Amino acid sequence: MSRLVRVLAAVSMAAFVTLPLAGPAQQLAPAPAASPSPGPTPGPGGVSAPFADPYPSTYVRFASQATLIKNATILTAAGPTIRNGSILLRDGKIVAVGANIGTPADLVRVIDARGKYVTPGIIDIHSHMGDYPAPGTQAHSDGNEATNPNTANVWAEHSVWPQDPQFPRALAGGVTTVQILPGSANLIGGRSAILKVVPARTVQEMKFPGARYGLKMACGENPKRVYAQRGPSTRMGNMAGYRAAWIAGEAYKRRWDAWNATHKGDPPQRDLTMETLAEALRGNIYVHMHCYRADEMAQVIDMSHEFGYKVRAFHHAIEAYKIADLLAKEGIVATMWADWGGFKMEALDTVRANIGLVDAAGARATIHSDDPSGIQRLNQEVAKAMFAAKRAGLPASEDVAIKWMTINPAYALGLDDRIGSLEPGKNADVVLWDGDPFSVYTHAEKAFVDGALLYDRDDPAHTWRTDFELGYVRSAVRK
Amino acid sequence: MLCAAAAAVLGAAAAAGAETVAITGGTVYPVSGPKIPGGTVVIRDARILAVGANVAIPAGARRIDARGKTVTPGLINAATQLGLVEVGGERSTRNSGGRGIVNADFQPWEGFFSESASIASTREDGVTTVGIFPTGGLVSGQAAVMDLIDGTAAEMVRKAPVGVVATIVTGPRFSSDVDENTAGDSNTANGGELSAPPASRADALAALRELLEDARFYATRRAKYDAGTLRGLTASRRALTALLPVVQGREPLIVEADRVDDIDAMVRFARAQKIRLVIAGGAEAWMIAPRIAAAHVAVLTGAMNNIPETFDRLNQRQENAALLRRAGVEVALIGNAGGGDEEAFNARNVKYEAGNAVAYGMSHDDALRAVTLAPATIFGIADRVGSLAPGKDANVVVWSGDPFEFSTSVEHVFVRGHEYHDRSRQDQLIERYRKLPRTNG
Repeated sequence: MSRLVRVLAAVSMAAFVTLPLAGPAQQLAPAPAASPSPGPTPGPGGVSAPFADPYPSTYVRFASQATLIKNATILTAAGPTIRNGSILLRDGKIVAVGANIGTPADLVRVIDARGKYVTPGIIDIHSHMGDYPAPGTQAHSDGNEATNPNTANVWAEHSVWPQDPQFPRALAGGVTTVQILPGSANLIGGRSAILKVVPARTVQEMKFPGARYGLKMACGENPKRVYAQRGPSTRMGNMAGYRAAWIAGEAYKRRWDAWNATHKGDPPQRDLTMETLAEALRGNIYVHMHCYRADEMAQVIDMSHEFGYKVRAFHHAIEAYKIADLLAKEGIVATMWADWGGFKMEALDTVRANIGLVDAAGARATIHSDDPSGIQRLNQEVAKAMFAAKRAGLPASEDVAIKWMTINPAYALGLDDRIGSLEPGKNADVVLWDGDPFSVYTHAEKAFVDGALLYDRDDPAHTWRTDFELGYVRSAVRK
Repeated sequence: MLCAAAAAVLGAAAAAGAETVAITGGTVYPVSGPKIPGGTVVIRDARILAVGANVAIPAGARRIDARGKTVTPGLINAATQLGLVEVGGERSTRNSGGRGIVNADFQPWEGFFSESASIASTREDGVTTVGIFPTGGLVSGQAAVMDLIDGTAAEMVRKAPVGVVATIVTGPRFSSDVDENTAGDSNTANGGELSAPPASRADALAALRELLEDARFYATRRAKYDAGTLRGLTASRRALTALLPVVQGREPLIVEADRVDDIDAMVRFARAQKIRLVIAGGAEAWMIAPRIAAAHVAVLTGAMNNIPETFDRLNQRQENAALLRRAGVEVALIGNAGGGDEEAFNARNVKYEAGNAVAYGMSHDDALRAVTLAPATIFGIADRVGSLAPGKDANVVVWSGDPFEFSTSVEHVFVRGHEYHDRSRQDQLIERYRKLPRTNG
C-alpha cells in the first residue's frame, strides 16, 4: 500500500532498465557454438585495442569443500531431468552429474537431497543492483547518466555499490550471476558489468573473470521522454541518434584499426564514447537493446545490418512473440518478464505466453527481472511463463523452462561455456531447492558459487549481511 | 450522509442470468467454515443457495463436475488501482488522484474505467472483487470496493466508500505532483487550509489530528460556517464532511504507514481519537504485532517485501503477514512489491502473494482468508462476499487445483451468479500471433 505511490516511480525505473538478449535457439540450424573466445590481448595501442582490461576482475573463488548432493531431482539445462541423481562439486567445478556417479571416499560434505531439486545457478541479464541500491536514496541514484542521449563512455561498474543489500537477497533466491546495466534514459546508455553475486569490498572482486562487456541501448518511450526538450523527442529521432553514433564509431574504428595494423606514428587520440562503439562494431562488446515493440525491434535489426553489427539480445521485448520468427532467423535473444505490463503504452501488449511463444518459434528466450524484488523469485516467474505456455498449447516442459533462467541467459552473456548448465567441467554454480522450483512454496535452500556454499537457509547465523545492514536491519530470525 | 447516495448504488447490480447451477464433487473452501471434501455449491440467480456435503440439487440445475477440483469464494484484492490507472505512464489514463493535500471528499469510483482491459484478465484469474484506492496528498480520498462484473462503474460498485485513505509517509511522496522544495513552506499557522504537504512525519501526524478535530468542530457549527462567522478550518467543507464517518467510527481511516514508530503512533492516535484504523503497507508491523492485534487494527500488506528499500522499511520481511496473523491481527494480502503494475495490470497476481505468504509461515487457511473473507470483513461487506454460504453473492471460482500454485488453472468464474467465459485482450493477442508469420487479419 505504501507502494501505491510507487506506481509512477516504478514506471520510471522500469523505463530506465534495459536487458541483454539471448542468441539463436536450439531449433535453428546451424546451432550456435559456444560464444567466441576473447580476442587478442591489448597491443601497444592501449585500451582502444580489443579487450583491453583497465579495471580487471580481482575475484577469487571462496574456500570450498568437495560436496556431493545425492538423491536429488536434477534439472541440468543440458538434457533431460535426472531423477534420484547426484552431483559432485570439487575445486570450484562440477566433476560429475548423473544417476550413478559413486561417492568418493574423501568427501567432507554429503547432502541427502531426497525430495529436493538441484538446478544451475540462476542468471539474470537485466539488473540494476548496485547502481540503484537500497536504500533508494537520492544519493544512491547511480543508474542513469541522463545528461546526454549517447553516454557510451560510462561503465555501469563505476556506479556499483558492493554493499547493496539487494545482492545477498538475490543470492538467497538462487541467483549467482548478474548483468548490471545502465538505465534506459539514453539511446546509448553505456557498458554493462557482469558480476558474480558474492560478498565483496569492491566491484572488481565481483567481476566475472573473462566476461565481455555489454553495451546498453534503449528504444522507444524512455529516451523520448527524458530528452523531450532537447531531442530526440520522437522514435525517428531515436533512430537518427543511433545512426549518427554508429557512423562516428565506424570512423573511429577505422582509424584505430589502421594504426593497430602498423603501429606507425602517433596513435589516434582515445575517445571513451567512440572506443565502446568501435568495440561493439568489432563484435567484442555485445549489444543489449531495451526494446518493447515488435516494429521497433525490426527497425533496430535493419540498423544492425546497415552498420554490420549484431544485436545480442532485446531486453523486455514485450512484443517479441509478434516477431519470434524474425528473432529466430537473426539469432537474437529475447529476454522478458513473465507478465509485467500496462505501465506504459509500449508495454500494453504483454502476454504471459511471450516467453513460450518465442521459445517455440526457435528463438532463444530468457527471463529477466529488472527488479530487485523480482530477481529473488525468477523461478516463480519462469513457472508463470511455463504454465502459461502449456495453457496456450505450447510444448514447454520443465527441461525447456529451466533454460530460460540458466543456459539461455548464459549464452546472452557469452558465458555458456562456463556457466548455465550442470555438466562436468563447468563452474560449480549450483542451487539446491527444498522442493520443485516451479512451486510457489519452494525456497532456494543452498546456493553454491564456484563450489563454495555462500547461502544456506538452514544457517541464518552465517547469512551474508552487507555493511549497510549492520545496526540498521535486524538479523534474520527464523520463526 | 454524503456517502449514502453512493452506497445506494449497490442494489443496482447488473442482472445475472436467471440460472441455477450446481457445482458438485469438489473440495469446497467456504472460508467461513472448514473445508468440505466432495462438497456441493448451488447457485441460483445472483446468490448462493446452498453449500455442503449433502445438498439436494434442484431439478433442472446445470451441473458442473468439480471432482478433483477446488471451489473457493472469488478472490478479493483489497488495494488496487484497477480501473483507476489504465496505462501508468499516460497521465490521460490516470484517475486515482485528487487535486490537493486533503482530498477526503475525493471519490475515485466515480472515475472508474469499466472498459479496462485488465478487468477480464483479472477476473479470468479468479479475482472477482477489488478494493480501489485513491493516491496522493496527505488525505488521498475514499476507498471503494468493486465487483468485476460487466457493467458500468456505478453498477460495479460493491460498496463505496469503505474508508478514508491517508498517509503518514513523508516528503514528496505526499503528492507526486508537488515539488518537494515547497513541502512545509506554508501550513496552517494562520488557521487556513493546508496548502502544502507536511514537511515531516510528526508534522503529518499533527495535520491529521487537526483535521479530525476540525471535522468534529465543523459538524456542530455548520450554520456559523455558512454565515461566515467560523474560524478558519484546515480543509474544505466537503473534505471535513467526508471525514465525519471516520470521526464517528462508522468507517475506518486507512493509513499508509511502514515504519514501526509510525504504525505505533497511528495505533495510539486511533485510540485517542476513538476512530477505527486500518494500516496499509505496514512493512514493520510485525515488530509490534501483539499491540496491533490488541487494538483490533487490521493490516493490508504483501508477502514479497524484504528489501530495506527506504529508511521507513528497513526491517520489512516476508514473514510479516504470517507473524501478524499469528498474533491475531486481521490481515488482507495485497500486491505491493513489484515494479508498480501489481496494483492494476497484475492485480490478478494476489493469489501468488498468498502462496508466498504460506511459504513464509502463514497457514494455507489463513492465506485464503487473507484474499477473501479478511478484506470483506475489513471493508464491512462480509455479509455479501468473501465466503461461500447461503444468501451470499454468488462470487465463486472453480480451480483445477491449489489456487495459489502456478500450475493451477481457473476453470469457472461466477460473479454475482453470472458465469464469465472471458477472452481477455491478452488471450486474443496470443491467438492472433500463435502462428507466424501471420497471413492476414
